[in-house]
Amino acid sequence: MNTFMGNFGHLTTLVSFVSALITAFAYSQYFKANELEKASWRRFSRVSFYIHALSTGLIAVSLFEIIYNQRYEYFYAYSHSSKALPVHYMISSFWEGQEGAFILWAFWNVVLGLILVHTNKFWEAPVMVVFSLVQAFLISMILGVVVGDLKIGSSPFILLRDATQAPIFDLNPDFVPEDGTGLNPLLQNIWMVIHPPTLFLGYASTLVPFAFLIGGLVTKKYAEWIRPALPWAIFSAMILGMGIIMGAYWAYVTLNFGGYWNWDPVENAVYVPWLILVASIHTMITFKKSATALKTSIILVILSFILVLYATFLVRSGVLGDASVHSFTDLGLSGQLLLYLLFFMGMAIFLAARAWKHLPTSEREASIYSREFWIFLGAVTLVLMAFQVILPTSIPAWNALVESFGGISNMAPPADQVEFYTMFQLWFAVVLALLTSVGQFFWWQNIDKKALRDSLVTPYVVSILLSTAVIVLGKVDHWKYFIIVFTGMFTIVANTFILIKLLKKSTFKLAGGSLAHIGLGMILIGIMFSSGYSEVISMNMSGLTYSNSWEDEMNKEHVLLWINKPTQMKDYTVVYRGRQKKVVGISEYVPAKILASTGEVNEAIALEDYQTHFKKGDTVQLVLEENDYFKIDYLQNEALQFSLTPMSQFNEGMGGLISSPDSKIYLNKDLYTYVAAMNDFSDPEWKEDETYELSKGEQFHVADFVAYFDGVEVLKELDGYTLKEGDVAVRAKIRVLDYDVEKLLEPTFIIRDKQVGKLPVTDSELGIKISLENILPEQNKFVFKVNQYQKDYVVLKAIVKPYINVLWIGTIVMLLGFTVAIYRRFDEFVKMRDKGLE
Amino acid sequence: MKKGHLIGLGVIAVAIFIILSSIGEASSYESFNTALEMKQDGEDKAIHVVGKLKKDAVGEVSGIEVREDKTSFTFLLVDNEGTEQKVFYNQPVPADFHRSEQVVVIGSYRDQEIFVADKILMKCPSKYQETDVQAAGM
Repeated sequence: MNTFMGNFGHLTTLVSFVSALITAFAYSQYFKANELEKASWRRFSRVSFYIHALSTGLIAVSLFEIIYNQRYEYFYAYSHSSKALPVHYMISSFWEGQEGAFILWAFWNVVLGLILVHTNKFWEAPVMVVFSLVQAFLISMILGVVVGDLKIGSSPFILLRDATQAPIFDLNPDFVPEDGTGLNPLLQNIWMVIHPPTLFLGYASTLVPFAFLIGGLVTKKYAEWIRPALPWAIFSAMILGMGIIMGAYWAYVTLNFGGYWNWDPVENAVYVPWLILVASIHTMITFKKSATALKTSIILVILSFILVLYATFLVRSGVLGDASVHSFTDLGLSGQLLLYLLFFMGMAIFLAARAWKHLPTSEREASIYSREFWIFLGAVTLVLMAFQVILPTSIPAWNALVESFGGISNMAPPADQVEFYTMFQLWFAVVLALLTSVGQFFWWQNIDKKALRDSLVTPYVVSILLSTAVIVLGKVDHWKYFIIVFTGMFTIVANTFILIKLLKKSTFKLAGGSLAHIGLGMILIGIMFSSGYSEVISMNMSGLTYSNSWEDEMNKEHVLLWINKPTQMKDYTVVYRGRQKKVVGISEYVPAKILASTGEVNEAIALEDYQTHFKKGDTVQLVLEENDYFKIDYLQNEALQFSLTPMSQFNEGMGGLISSPDSKIYLNKDLYTYVAAMNDFSDPEWKEDETYELSKGEQFHVADFVAYFDGVEVLKELDGYTLKEGDVAVRAKIRVLDYDVEKLLEPTFIIRDKQVGKLPVTDSELGIKISLENILPEQNKFVFKVNQYQKDYVVLKAIVKPYINVLWIGTIVMLLGFTVAIYRRFDEFVKMRDKGLE
Repeated sequence: MKKGHLIGLGVIAVAIFIILSSIGEASSYESFNTALEMKQDGEDKAIHVVGKLKKDAVGEVSGIEVREDKTSFTFLLVDNEGTEQKVFYNQPVPADFHRSEQVVVIGSYRDQEIFVADKILMKCPSKYQETDVQAAGM
């Protein structure tokens, strides 16, 4: 029973909270102080912030120590980890809970804050005031302080006995559970180790442009804040974009949603701020070039920060309730989150409104032949896209709002979310793609009608030719998709032309925009193919018409595969070959039937030799014993092409089964396979006894199988039994044929002191149990009792997703574009700062 | 008229269209009774019904019938008004279906007898609410 780490964690949380408030105060004093006092206020502010940074770091260290050292007396470790977890998944346990996620977020803010303190001169004070205030709100989420009826924050450092009312603690307050309940199996994935930190860095970094903006509004530097804010806005968009893509890829490779994007509220809540962030980058660049769109930039930067908070509120307040497949429960923080949101929204609106009439505006009306015009249209399109998504996503919040005022609202999100959102987003994306290709040509100078036509004709012709080739070779057959292929291609080609021109004329530093836009074009085409032409190849395979009703007319997207039974599926013959386990030190999977659990975590005993890896009777270590890998062979022309091993995990503590797909990845398509249902043979319901009287060599039928009784042998010794003088032990040999597989089942019969003992054999793959019941010497016959359950099976879904790699490559190109742009803008900022201008 | 105004008008028009389509496409939470009335009034729109799986006297989930090819099944759902309804789902039984505390079915009545769910959302007992600590290791 350890209480030190928890108390230490609590203490660092308090220090961190108080020091955040002190830092905010100190920096505001530093900002106001006269020249004489400035240096000392600055020193004090920095020391205060360093203390805050250190204590925030220590909060994270304390929580990780509790998880790492398996201190299950703490609620957080008990409910988020278990002994069987390897270290890298302990890291996932850290942020599985909401408290850990807030710590992660606060930690990133501290890292960003430290960078800002050391890269800025003029901006340090105003920016850090905003930072420290945000930190105070974030840390308050994990304070765990109760004042009267008011609970502030939910601490990750509470003991299990304080968190639950389990009766066991009345008997023994020092009770420490042996093991934790484990990490959600969905999260036991390498992407869960890197996706949340990326996403939270994205969340955290939206604070930087916001802080510069607030600083600019307070110091009346209404336009100058844009230069330092811009590289950070691009950084934020890149990291957040990367987080979104990682989430999509994670969903694709580990969840059986059947795709990479589901328009789930939780996904939408991140996508929307990202769109606004990208829009704000564009208006900020426009402002730097032409002194227009300042007001729009201000609104968008505020909006992107507030939307991140709104996303957090939606996801973590429990307001989504049953509208999302992601289950987040209410920790009682919704009030606090709302306060956090309203505080910064109120502050930003107040400051912006106060500054509004002082903001420089350009009276000049943007010409259609100016880049500002096109970029502005692009930004407007992005905002409309965001609006279209956030509106229906907020329906549960709307219901909650109406109900909190005593009304009744029974609105629900659209029934088919994917279709609903795609209908809008796809066409917006087409508009966006066209704008990028046209807009980019205005980037360098305002050109007239003729020059525009001249520079667009070649890319136009080239993309027409290339799109035609793609349409023909890719067998695109719908007019909607023609448009998408063409706009995607036009974006790629037009931006490639500009890219080439740029690389010839100047440095790669300016290439960020064109690269990002090329990525957009590829993403568009990739999505069109992989979603529009995704084909379920396990469709309507059963061929059974058993109910003779409308049900038979519904498309069955799954196929039932009995073990060893070949089933035709489109171009393949597929055979399910049984369950496998992953063993430490062996690269391939090992059949589960030759391993028996020893009762220890992740340990098994070998029932048979396995190649050169282990011998019968050896103890082997398993990697996550709950994981079953289902071997699915894909054959063509009776030759094995490849095997896929979709996974499922049965996790008692977490309650339930989770499956994870496996894909065969080709250059031009993925074959995506997952197990939707499987046999549960942990507690079989055996059917009635069937008795067979057989003589040696006899053939018989049991269940669906043909079986042969090959005779018996008298045993001299028997595993696990000591045979005494006068004992008789007989083992029968029964061969069971199941398609191309032959199994030998050997039930044993023992007579000792006129007592009969029977050792039946169970084969869970075949679903039969055989025991040798009696021997009839007069007739030279043997009596067997057979019980049937059912053969092992899986219900499989297989989908072909063409050209999905175009999508993934497109996202990488886009991120690369962002990276180049960050480099360029940060370089600009550093040059200006070193000239002493900022 | 200035271009800025035209753009403004365009944006407002698109925004209004988005709002109207969101309201139009939005589904609603219904009970089985109101859902059946809607069906009888000829409205085929997919709606949400929230309910719990039917349990027998011992608290075991009852009424799940899996089709022979295991790729679809029917179950009995009791909505918040207590109406019991047979629901068909054209998918294999989701893994943690039996354990779900609450089930949301999204779909519509096929006829008087059966409700066809296009999609099922399950709310499973959350770990956060877990208050019984297993006495293992005592």
